[in-house]
Amino acid sequence: MQNVLQIVYLIPLLPLIGFLINGLGRKHLSKSVIGLIGAGVILAAFAISVWVFIQVKGGNTHEAHYFDFINVGALKIPFAFKIDQLSSLFLLIITGVGFLIHVYSTSYMHEEKAEHFGRYFAYLNLFVFSMLLLVMGANYIIMFIGWEGVGLCSYLLIGYWFKKTEYNKAANKAFIMNRIGDLAFLIAIFWLIKKTGSVSFNEVFAADSLSKLSGADITVITMLLFVGATGKSAQIPLYTWLPDAMAGPTPVSALIHAATMVTAGIYMIARSNVLYSMAPLTLDVITYVGLATALLAATIALKQNDIKKVLAYSTVSQLGFMFLALGCGNYTAAVFHVMTHAFFKALMFLGSGSVIHAMGGEQDIRNMGGLSKKMKVTTITFLIGCIAISGIPPFSGFFSKDAILLSAYLKNPVLYGIALFTALLTAFYMFRLFFITFTGKFRGTHDQEHHLHESPAAMAVPLVILAVLSVIGGFVEIPEVFMHGGDKLGEFLSPVIIAHGEAHSISHSTEYILMALSTGLVLAMIVFAWSKFKNYQRSGEETGLGKLLENKWYVDELYEKIIVQPLHQFGGFLKNTIDNKVVDGMVNGVGRAVNYGGRQLRLLQSGQAGNYVLLMVVGMVLIFVIQFFLRK
Amino acid sequence: MIPVLLILIPLLAGLASFFFKKDGMVRAWVLGVSAITLAVALIALSLPEGDALLQKDTEWLPALGSSFSVRIDGMGKLLCLLTAISFPLIFTAVWNNSYKKSNNFFALILLGQAGLMGVFVATDALLFYFFWELALIPMYFLCSQWGGENRIRISFKFFIYTFIGSVLMLIGILWLQSKTGDHSFSLQSFYDAKLSVKEQTILFWLFFIAFAIKMPIFPLHTWQPDAYEQSPTAVTMVLSGVMVKMGLLGVIRWLMPVTPIAFHVWGDVIMSLSVTGIIYASLIAIRQNDIKRLIAYSSIAHIGLMCMALFSENKSGIQGVMVQMFNHGINIIGLWIMAEIIERRFGTRKMNELGGLAQKYPAMAIFFVIIAFANIALPLTNAFAGEFLMFNGLLNTNTSHLYAILFTVFAGLAIILGAVYTLNMIRKVFYGEAATLQSAAVPDLRINEKITLSIIVIIIFVTGVYPQLLLNITDNISDVLTKVFVKTK
Repeated sequence: MQNVLQIVYLIPLLPLIGFLINGLGRKHLSKSVIGLIGAGVILAAFAISVWVFIQVKGGNTHEAHYFDFINVGALKIPFAFKIDQLSSLFLLIITGVGFLIHVYSTSYMHEEKAEHFGRYFAYLNLFVFSMLLLVMGANYIIMFIGWEGVGLCSYLLIGYWFKKTEYNKAANKAFIMNRIGDLAFLIAIFWLIKKTGSVSFNEVFAADSLSKLSGADITVITMLLFVGATGKSAQIPLYTWLPDAMAGPTPVSALIHAATMVTAGIYMIARSNVLYSMAPLTLDVITYVGLATALLAATIALKQNDIKKVLAYSTVSQLGFMFLALGCGNYTAAVFHVMTHAFFKALMFLGSGSVIHAMGGEQDIRNMGGLSKKMKVTTITFLIGCIAISGIPPFSGFFSKDAILLSAYLKNPVLYGIALFTALLTAFYMFRLFFITFTGKFRGTHDQEHHLHESPAAMAVPLVILAVLSVIGGFVEIPEVFMHGGDKLGEFLSPVIIAHGEAHSISHSTEYILMALSTGLVLAMIVFAWSKFKNYQRSGEETGLGKLLENKWYVDELYEKIIVQPLHQFGGFLKNTIDNKVVDGMVNGVGRAVNYGGRQLRLLQSGQAGNYVLLMVVGMVLIFVIQFFLRK
Repeated sequence: MIPVLLILIPLLAGLASFFFKKDGMVRAWVLGVSAITLAVALIALSLPEGDALLQKDTEWLPALGSSFSVRIDGMGKLLCLLTAISFPLIFTAVWNNSYKKSNNFFALILLGQAGLMGVFVATDALLFYFFWELALIPMYFLCSQWGGENRIRISFKFFIYTFIGSVLMLIGILWLQSKTGDHSFSLQSFYDAKLSVKEQTILFWLFFIAFAIKMPIFPLHTWQPDAYEQSPTAVTMVLSGVMVKMGLLGVIRWLMPVTPIAFHVWGDVIMSLSVTGIIYASLIAIRQNDIKRLIAYSSIAHIGLMCMALFSENKSGIQGVMVQMFNHGINIIGLWIMAEIIERRFGTRKMNELGGLAQKYPAMAIFFVIIAFANIALPLTNAFAGEFLMFNGLLNTNTSHLYAILFTVFAGLAIILGAVYTLNMIRKVFYGEAATLQSAAVPDLRINEKITLSIIVIIIFVTGVYPQLLLNITDNISDVLTKVFVKTK
C-alpha cells in the first residue's frame, strides 16, 4: 500500500496553484473568489494532510523522487519528498492552522482593494507552499529551498503595506538577518557534502555515512545548522527582526511569525536529531542560547505597550523554551511545544487582530481597557490562550511546558530554576496584557468606544476552534505519572526521533512536586498581575530598569552602532576614497601618461577611435614579425 | 558548419546593416537576423557533443601554423546560446529608443555578436585573438560615439585597459606557440605543450591579466562601472551580459588546461584577490545611489565569485561557473532593461529621487523584484544552482583546509551583502511614498518591454526549478577539463 502516498505532491502543489491564480488574476477576480480560492486550496491541502497522517500513523511512510535537481559528478540531489511521522505532523499544523488563518484573513483584510487583497492571498499561499517544501523535503537542499522561500514570503508580507518606509525597513531587516543564518546553513550543507558526499536525510543519518564524520565535523555541522536556526527562529543574537516583523498584517504575524515559519529551526534540528545526539557540545550551546533568549525576551515583554509587540517577544521567549528542550535532548518535547504553541499563540495573535480591528487600528494597550464588555468571544478565547501559555493544567501549554521544565531539571536543576522563573514572567506579562486590555475602564477616545464591536463570524469561528485546540491539545502527550502509555506523541515520533533516555529516571514524587510548584507559583503570579492591573491607570515615564526594558535593552541601537554604521562608513570610504582616488587614480595616471606620450609622438591626436584600430594593426603586424624570427 | 554560421550570419548581416537607410527597416532587419542566429544556436544545442556539424577546420594562415578551426563543446553551446538569446532580447528591449545613425549603431552591435561567437567557438589561438579584437572594437566605437557625456574619457580608459590586456595575451599566445611541438596555434597543441613550471608561471600571468581585465577582477575593475554607466544601455547589456564571459571562458579553455601547475600554485593568490574584490564591490554597491553603478558593482562581486570558483579545481566549482555564466547573463540583462526603463520613464536613475513606483507601476515592480531576487540567487531561480555549486566547489578547493574554509566564508558574505544592497534598491525605488517627479502621463510597461521581461522571467524559473537542464549540457566538458588537475595532484 505504498503508492497511496504518491499523491503527496498535491499538498504543496495546491497552494502553488492558488498563488498563481490569485497572483495573476488579482485585478480580474472579485474578493470573494480570491478568498474562496486562497482558503480553498489550503483546505484541500489540509484534507490530504489528514489522510496522509492517518496513513503514516498506520505505519506507512513514503519517499518520492520526482526529478534530478542537481546532479554533478558524485553529488546527486534529487527533488524528493519524505513523508514520515515528523513531516506528517508538521503538515497537519501548517495546513490546519494555515487554513483557519486564511479564513480569518478573508474578513480581516476585507477593507483592502481587490487588487491588494489578491496580492495578500497570493503571498499567503506562496508562504504555505514554501513552508510545505521545507518540511516535506527529503534532503537539506529541498529544505533549504523552502527555508529561503518562507523568508521571501515573510519579507513580502511584512512589507505588505509598502507605502510605509518603516514597514519596508522591517521587511529588509527580517530578510537580511535571516540570510546571515542562511549562510551558516549553506556552509553546513557544503561541509556535509565534503565529508559524506550526500545531503539526503536517509543517507546522511545512516551509520555508514556517520562513520565518515569525525567528532569535530559533527560539532561544526550541528553548530552551523544551529546558527541557521537562530536566524529563522529568532534566537540570540539574530532575534531582533521578529518584533519588527509585526509591521505585517496581524494574521500574517499569527501564521508566519508565531505558528509556523519561526518554528522551522526547531523542525530542522529535530529532523537532524541523529547528528545532534552525537554533539554534546552543540547541545549545551543550544541549551544556553535557548534559555538566555527565553529569559531576555520575557523581560522585554514585561514593559511593552504594543499588543503585538508583547506577543512577539512572547513568541521569541517561547521559541527559546523549545530550543531549551532541544538542547536537553528532548526533541519530542520541543516538537510538542511547537504544536501547542501554534494553537495558543495563533489564537492570541488572531485575538489581538480582533481587538485591533475593533479599535480601528489602535495597538497601544494603554488606550484600551474594559473590552470584555463589548467583545465576549474575543475576551474568553484570549483568556484561554493566556491560561494555556502560562501552563495551568489541564490546558495544552501545561503539558508541553512541563515536559520542557522536566528535561531542564534532569540536565541541571539550575537550568530548571531559570526556566521556571522565565515561565513565571510569562504568566505575569501575559496576564498584564490581558487585564490592561480587557478589564478596567476604557481609556481610548469616544469614537473608538462607540465603534467597539465583536468581530464577524469569519474571525470569531477560527478563534473558537483554536481555543478548543488550546484546551485539549495537550492530551496527546500525557506524562507517565498521570497515565501509563499516555505519551502518544512520543510513541508516534519514535521511529524518527531518538528517545529521551533519562525521561523516566526520576521518581514520581519528585515529578509531582515540580508540577505542583510550577502550577502554584504561576497561579500566584496571575493573582499578582490581577491585583496590579485590574484597574490599570496610565502612569508616567518609565525610569531605571523599566526604561531599559521598555527600550529592549537597547540591543537594536547596539547593533546599529557596532555593525551597521561601521560597515556603512567603511563602504563609503571604499567608494569615495579607495575606488575613486586610489585605484582609479592610478589607472587614470597611466592613461594620462599614455595620452601625453601619445601627443608627443603625434600618434594619438586624430582621436582615440582611429588609434585603437591603428594599434591593433600594429599588433597584428607584430605577430608576423615575431613569427618570422621564431620560425628560424 | 554550425559554428561558422553563428559567426557569419551576424557578421554579414552586420556589414549589410551599414547600408540601410530607414530606421524601422534596420531594426526589423537586425531583429530578424538575430532570431535566425538564435534558431541556429538552438539546433547546435540539440546536437550531441562531437557531432560533425559542430566543428569545422579549414586552412587559414598555414605559414604561421594557424588554421580556421572552430568547435562547439558543452561550454560553447551554453555561451553561444546566451549570445544568441541576448541579442534579440536587447533589440526588442530598445525598440523604442532612438539613436542617431541607427544603421551604424545596430551594424556595430551585430559585428560585436559575430566576434563574441568567434571567441566562444575558436580552437585556434590566433583565431581566438582575432575574434577577441573583433568583439571589442565595435564596442569601443559604440561607447565613444553613442555614449553619455563623459564618453570620450571613459572610452579611452576602456581602451587603455583592453589594449594592455590584448598585448599581454598576444605575447603569451606567440610565445606559447613557439613552445608547442608542431609550432601550431591549435588548442590541442597548446594542451600538449611541455612547459616547465617557470614557463607556466610566466604564461599564466600573461594570459590571466588579459582575462582578469575583461572579467574584471579587483583591482583591475575601474573601467567597468564607468563604461557601464556611460555606454548606451544596449551596449552595456552586451558588455555585461555576454562580453565579460570572454574572460571566464578564456581562463577555463585557454589557461587552466595549459598551465595547470601555475594555475594551482597561484590559485590561492588569485582567490584572495577575488574574495577581496567580492567584499569590496559589495560594500561599494551598498553605498551607491545610482542604479546603474549599483548593478555594475553587484556584477563585479558576482564575477569575482565565478573567478574564485574557477580556481576551486573541481567539477562542482567549474560546472557552477559554466552554468552561472549563462544565468548571470540573463539576469543582468534583465536588470539593465529595468534600469533603462526607469531612466527613460522618470528621467533619473538616482535612487533618492525615485520612490513609491510600485503604487502606479505594479507590473514594473513585479518584474524588477523577480529579476533582483534571481540576481541574489534565491532558490528556484536560475542563479541558485550555480552559486550553490560554486560555493560547494570552494569548500572543496584543492588547497589547505583552512584556506578553503576562509574563502568560502568570506565569499559567502556576498550572500548577505547582496541581500542588503538589492533590498535597499527595491525599497528606495519602488516602495515608500510616491516621489514627486512622477507625472500621471508616464505609462507602465510597453508591450515590447513586457515580452522581453517575460521571456527573461520564464528562463529564470525554468532553469531555476530544473537546473539540470543546463548542467547536462556542461557535464562532459567539465569532466574533461577537470582531469588536468588529477594529473597535477
